[in-house]
Amino acid sequence: MTTAELQVVHDADTEVPVVEMKGIGRTFPGPPEVRAVENVDLTISPGEYLSIVGTSGSGKSTLLHLLGLLDRPTAGTYVLDGVDVSTLSERRRSRLRGERIGFVFQAFHLLAHRNVVENVALSMLYQRVSRRERFERSRATLDRVGLGHRVDADPATLSGGERQRAAIARALVAEPSLLLADEPTGNLDSSNAEAVLDIFGKLHAEGLTLAVVTHDDDVSKRAQRRVRITDGTLSEEKR
Amino acid sequence: MKRPVIRRRDRPARRLSIRDLLGEALAGVTARPSRLALTTLGTVVGIAALVSTIGLGQTASGQISERFDAASATRVVVEPGERDGPDGAVQAVQLPGDAAERVNRLAGTAAAGTFARVDVGGDRVRGVPVSDPSGSIEHDIPTVAASAGLFDAVNAMIADGRVFDDGHDERGDAVVVLGKYAAERLGISRVDTQPSIFIGERSFTVVGILDSVSARAELLDAAIMPMGTAAAVYGTGAPNAVEIRTEMGAAQLIGEQAPLAVLPNNPDLLSVDVPPPPGSLREDVSTDINAVFLALGGLALLVGGLGIATVTLLSVLERTSEIGLRRAVGATRTHVAGQFVVESVIIGFLGGLIGAAAGVLATVGVSAVRDWTPLLDYRLAIVAPLLGAMIGLVAGTYPAWRAARVEPITALRTS
Repeated sequence: MTTAELQVVHDADTEVPVVEMKGIGRTFPGPPEVRAVENVDLTISPGEYLSIVGTSGSGKSTLLHLLGLLDRPTAGTYVLDGVDVSTLSERRRSRLRGERIGFVFQAFHLLAHRNVVENVALSMLYQRVSRRERFERSRATLDRVGLGHRVDADPATLSGGERQRAAIARALVAEPSLLLADEPTGNLDSSNAEAVLDIFGKLHAEGLTLAVVTHDDDVSKRAQRRVRITDGTLSEEKR
Repeated sequence: MKRPVIRRRDRPARRLSIRDLLGEALAGVTARPSRLALTTLGTVVGIAALVSTIGLGQTASGQISERFDAASATRVVVEPGERDGPDGAVQAVQLPGDAAERVNRLAGTAAAGTFARVDVGGDRVRGVPVSDPSGSIEHDIPTVAASAGLFDAVNAMIADGRVFDDGHDERGDAVVVLGKYAAERLGISRVDTQPSIFIGERSFTVVGILDSVSARAELLDAAIMPMGTAAAVYGTGAPNAVEIRTEMGAAQLIGEQAPLAVLPNNPDLLSVDVPPPPGSLREDVSTDINAVFLALGGLALLVGGLGIATVTLLSVLERTSEIGLRRAVGATRTHVAGQFVVESVIIGFLGGLIGAAAGVLATVGVSAVRDWTPLLDYRLAIVAPLLGAMIGLVAGTYPAWRAARVEPITALRTS
């Protein structure tokens, strides 16, 4: 594959893009009024591994929230998996978020007092999945990220790398269309960060669509495609 | 590159089943056991106070109604009284001889009779059965006089024979009815042989033996002769008391009317013994205490509810990142609010359950110490935990609303 071929974001005849943002803007009402994201066009094709880079305050967190349906744009349209989400009710957005998007956070956000498999199973709690199936799939997914031996452990006893792998399992288990990661290695040492990025690489190879928000070059260069956000404006980075 | 086929499996209808909701709420509640214990404390104290107050109230009224039977509820006694006159002299009155007849005319009187102590001038009572040498021994048996109606008025039961009637009374016949204990002491157990007793040198025929009375138990120790006989033989004058048995519920009325009927000129000089109005005895015992304890219980419940509300609110603030995470994995605002409401309902229910158990134990314990029969409406044990759950529901509403308003972005922000 050549670079030029990679720039063809998707084969329009057969595949619907996972993300299709057009003219997206997010303005926080003031005073002072803040235009966190302005006129963003972003298309992510199925199977793409995208990194979004930018300095702090550049609007990359806002873009991540918009991508993850955690926030609503004030301008533009956003089509996720062929569904126009700009006009959906809060309830529908919550449901869609649970079904189509897997989140990986810098701070892991594992629930204390719940063991690893329960934490993973939580991401199917609000979907129509039976309890039995939730736990079966959670165990299988923990195996996939190499945590099959720690299913019953208390998250507090896990290392940072193990916690992030549990969080990745939680993001994966509901079979999302898009995995969104926010500084996934921010709280990890370099070897654990390496392991997490290896898992991302493996998932990408298996066909998962990933978008990783980071300020770290080591993380972003693993991605197949890189976009940069500066002062709320998105630009494609050529390599 | 091909994207994996996402399987949409056959799924159960509900997004969040009741069981899952309960499971999540229970996990949330039990995450901090010591906090749970403290949170339930107010509800436990409140419910325990309510249950034990009601339980002890029921138990106490049970004891009272055991003693406070129909017989004592229908007994009215009129006795002559006295008062200080305006000139310093003591005014005294006597009951008229026909007091019983006068009272009998009142509607609501079931039976009435007069009673008098007879002064026999130091004469002793002797029995003279043919075969019993001990019968010649003199006994110190009190002698009293009664009108025929007295026996009915005190619910007298006859062991043997009969009681005298108005005919004996009018004629002044020398007959007596013996109380059970008097008969025992005189060695008389049957009257079909027409036994006689002597009071001093005078002989009296025993016509009957009393087995029991519901009032004026001294009759069981005495030799009872008709009023007319006592008047004729010993010059006994005015009766000492009028015993009245009223219809059920008429005691208060008769108590008011009897003095006027007996002594129209000086009704207020008579002393009347009336049973307390129905229920007033029970109220006397329990009203004051109950009011205080119910108020304390209510206060404790209020504090308990506020405690649940405060701790749940605190827990919402502490768990914002959990709320954010749940929103991120697809929970709606309703799901989040529902979980916190259910959590506080569980806390309230647990408090109610423990409180009800403590209240029942307190009731049984106090009853055991006081030698009472514990009485407790079993429905109380069911209602109490539900009341606790209700308090939890009310207390959890505001924290749940706050939880639902948590913005996932804020909650998930990396700090």
